[in-house]
Amino acid sequence: MRWGEIIKRLVLVPPTLFGVAVIVFVLLRVVPGDPIAMMIPPGASEADITRLRALYGLDQPILQQFATWLGQVASGDLGRSISVRQGVLDLLLARLPATIELALLATVIAVVLGVLVALAGILLRGRRAEWAVDGGVGALLAIPDFLWALILLLLFGVLIPWLPISGRVDPQIDIDLRSNFYLLESLLTGRFDTASALLHHMFLPALALALPFAALVARILKASLADAEDQDYAQIARARGYSRPAILLHEVFPNALIPTVALGGVQLTLLLGGTVLVERIFSYEGIGNMAIDAVINRDFPLIQGLVLTFAVLFIALNLAVDLVVALLDPRLRHG
Amino acid sequence: MADAMADIALTLPPSRLLAGLKRGGARLWVGAALVAVLVLVAAFAPVLAPHDPLEQDLMSAQLPPAWMQGGDHAYLLGTDSLGRCVLSRLIYSARIAVAVALIAATLAALIGVALGLFAGSFGGWVDQLISRLIDVWMAFPPVLLSIVLAAVIGAGLTSVIAAIVVVDWTRFARVVRAETMVQLTRDYAAAARVIGLSRAKLLRLEVLPNLVPLLVTLLAVEMGIAILVEVILSFVGISVAGDTPTWGSMIAEGRQIVYQAPWIMALPIVCIISSVIGLNLLGDGLRLALDPVQRS
Amino acid sequence: MNATLTVEGLKVAIGAANVLRGVSLEVQPGEVRGLVGESGAGKSMLGRAVLGLLPANATITSGQIAFEGRDLLAMTETERRGLLGRRIALIPQDPMTSLNPVKRIGAQIGNLLRHHLGLPKRAALTRAAELLTEVAIREPERVLALYPHEISGGMRQRVLIAMAFACDPALVIADEPTTALDVTVQRQVLQLVERLRLRHGSAILFVTHDLGVVAKICRSMSVLHAGRVLEEGETADVLVRPRHAYTRALLAATPRADRPADALRPVPPALIEQLWSEAHRLDRAGEARPA
Repeated sequence: MRWGEIIKRLVLVPPTLFGVAVIVFVLLRVVPGDPIAMMIPPGASEADITRLRALYGLDQPILQQFATWLGQVASGDLGRSISVRQGVLDLLLARLPATIELALLATVIAVVLGVLVALAGILLRGRRAEWAVDGGVGALLAIPDFLWALILLLLFGVLIPWLPISGRVDPQIDIDLRSNFYLLESLLTGRFDTASALLHHMFLPALALALPFAALVARILKASLADAEDQDYAQIARARGYSRPAILLHEVFPNALIPTVALGGVQLTLLLGGTVLVERIFSYEGIGNMAIDAVINRDFPLIQGLVLTFAVLFIALNLAVDLVVALLDPRLRHG
Repeated sequence: MADAMADIALTLPPSRLLAGLKRGGARLWVGAALVAVLVLVAAFAPVLAPHDPLEQDLMSAQLPPAWMQGGDHAYLLGTDSLGRCVLSRLIYSARIAVAVALIAATLAALIGVALGLFAGSFGGWVDQLISRLIDVWMAFPPVLLSIVLAAVIGAGLTSVIAAIVVVDWTRFARVVRAETMVQLTRDYAAAARVIGLSRAKLLRLEVLPNLVPLLVTLLAVEMGIAILVEVILSFVGISVAGDTPTWGSMIAEGRQIVYQAPWIMALPIVCIISSVIGLNLLGDGLRLALDPVQRS
Repeated sequence: MNATLTVEGLKVAIGAANVLRGVSLEVQPGEVRGLVGESGAGKSMLGRAVLGLLPANATITSGQIAFEGRDLLAMTETERRGLLGRRIALIPQDPMTSLNPVKRIGAQIGNLLRHHLGLPKRAALTRAAELLTEVAIREPERVLALYPHEISGGMRQRVLIAMAFACDPALVIADEPTTALDVTVQRQVLQLVERLRLRHGSAILFVTHDLGVVAKICRSMSVLHAGRVLEEGETADVLVRPRHAYTRALLAATPRADRPADALRPVPPALIEQLWSEAHRLDRAGEARPA
């Protein structure tokens, strides 16, 4: 992908976002089910209902509702949650950091695990043990993150109760932090006991998210390493008297990294999407868990805000991956 | 697609068919066996289940499996918190899983393949339109989208299937679009155009048969995904209504009492994993068996 | 004084197929020896065997390879790695794929110098620039900062030649270094190799299928076919008075400026046939004899 290609991608972002907005809106307004019916207390009068409809703008024509909603969204006003009775944007901002920290931790674990497994696999190349590594990677990959969450919860939360299995922090711990990025802030300000308590809670959900992604990284990276090692320049490096580990690290790895980031990076969206259920399973207070509550409560403004947030994160993630690949590959940088 | 499959089966001489089965190897057999068990259990659930899966017996609630301390031989895998037979509920759950896998995956494949063929063979604005549509779809987390869809359509098997189809058709469309484009640039497709085959015939006779190995794999994988999505929806509590047994709802119930009765959560997980791995292996094995080129 | 390279009775097999059937060959210090043969003759395999680059499924079944009198095959991995790139160097065949695409030219030459000569980073870059000047690359400092895709194929080949001679090797194995280049560049590259050889005092084993190239640069030559040396000697002798029928046929098939093109005759298939059946007879004889 060249710079022109990246600009083309950028140009496609607004129409994609618009399409996303249309679908989110249509999905929640055209389908049956009246959110107001859920909100009215028993014995509310017809006038109360009408007033509520007017308050949420549900009495206007659908196109008008869309235009109004789009205008509000564009100016950062995502409306008020019906079930929690707070601003949607405030709710999102309060919860999003928890999800971002979880996804980041999972990504770090996955990359470390994936790279180690890929290197082990490539060092064992051609031996019988390589087959075992490939098989293990296949098994990790076949089981999705939410099943890993359940398995880990059973194994290390219940059977061998090593780690807590619900929440982001212990309720009795007094969190004295200014931002909602608890982990990052406590690490940066040197409050390591708080950080350690947070990590204890985050480890199992993060590992559940990380395992399938680690397998994916391992598989792509190993295939790319094998491919790069067969190239002339790597063979010739042997004829220059470099050792195999040195060749793998200095000559082969930088080349194998490019397809791995390109293919694996795009799949980070899977990891992010996985937070929805994994957070639910571990009762972790991020936007994924909130999304399920919002769906169950038919809290339309909140659902819209959440789905939009995920879509924006997805699109941003894909763009970021394209940029990183372009930075890693000198052939694209100067192309 | 079934047509194309039949074409291939007919044109393969028995020896090639045998060679294909050999190429599929252990994956094919293990996968087929696991899937066969799943299908048979679903089909013969009333015969196999020792109890009515809905029958409550509050006197013997949360019994552990029969081989554990305090187990009861009448309830081989124990009972849940309402005293319902876990084994029977697992067996009946397989029916929902199989129904969702078959119907949802097939419908998603039909829609996806059709749109993929359109985009790949017409190109131009048709391709632009369908590709943008896929872009928009890819911007949503599939799990969240399924949950939202199922919730707004309302509870029930139909809404679960609709949610899966609406979300997952892109998996087929993307691959088929790209493959169709590749196939149409190959020499044999050009040759077919020269002898005057219409676009539809070209697609049916030349392009689709070459897509079959890929589609079979995708279909098997999609069936696994459909099972997982149904599990997710019923775990969240928005799948089939009421007390119909599903693996997902059993997990959700088990999660509540995971410290007291971990087996209630563990057993459906085992069922799900063996079904999904079975389908993945079957898909892999079939691809190896059907693909005449890729032998490694 | 020891020969720079001594190969004796080298046999290499890939699976059940023999690729080298007892090849013997000597390269004296400072000598340029051509190794000629058509594709499949095993000439590249010989070079790879010396460099320890045989494919994983190939095995050396018998024979010896000695460098300056030391047995290369009996050496430890570490000892051999100390020689490779420093005392024994390679000029690879395809300049387009032989440089690492994600590393700057300077880093690639610099790493080699630091690895084998222990130069500090700065000194390695200075030396790298000198080496590029030796191979007639203008503005060497600028080229050092470039990536392989930013320079032409001819320039890449000159970079690879510079790297081959960087540590004053005693032996350079040139594996068809001119095949991928067009004729005008070919000539410059040959002149360059000759000049650097003289300056660094290296011997060269020049692997090629092109008798014209051999005539230009090699003092002596060996003709390889089906994994056997059919004929060897001083280049002038062999080319003027070829003794083996195959060498004569090769000469007749080589285009020359002083002959009309229609005088070209392909190597007769019957001769090839005969040579291969001889080779297979040799294989069977080898099997019959207990090793």
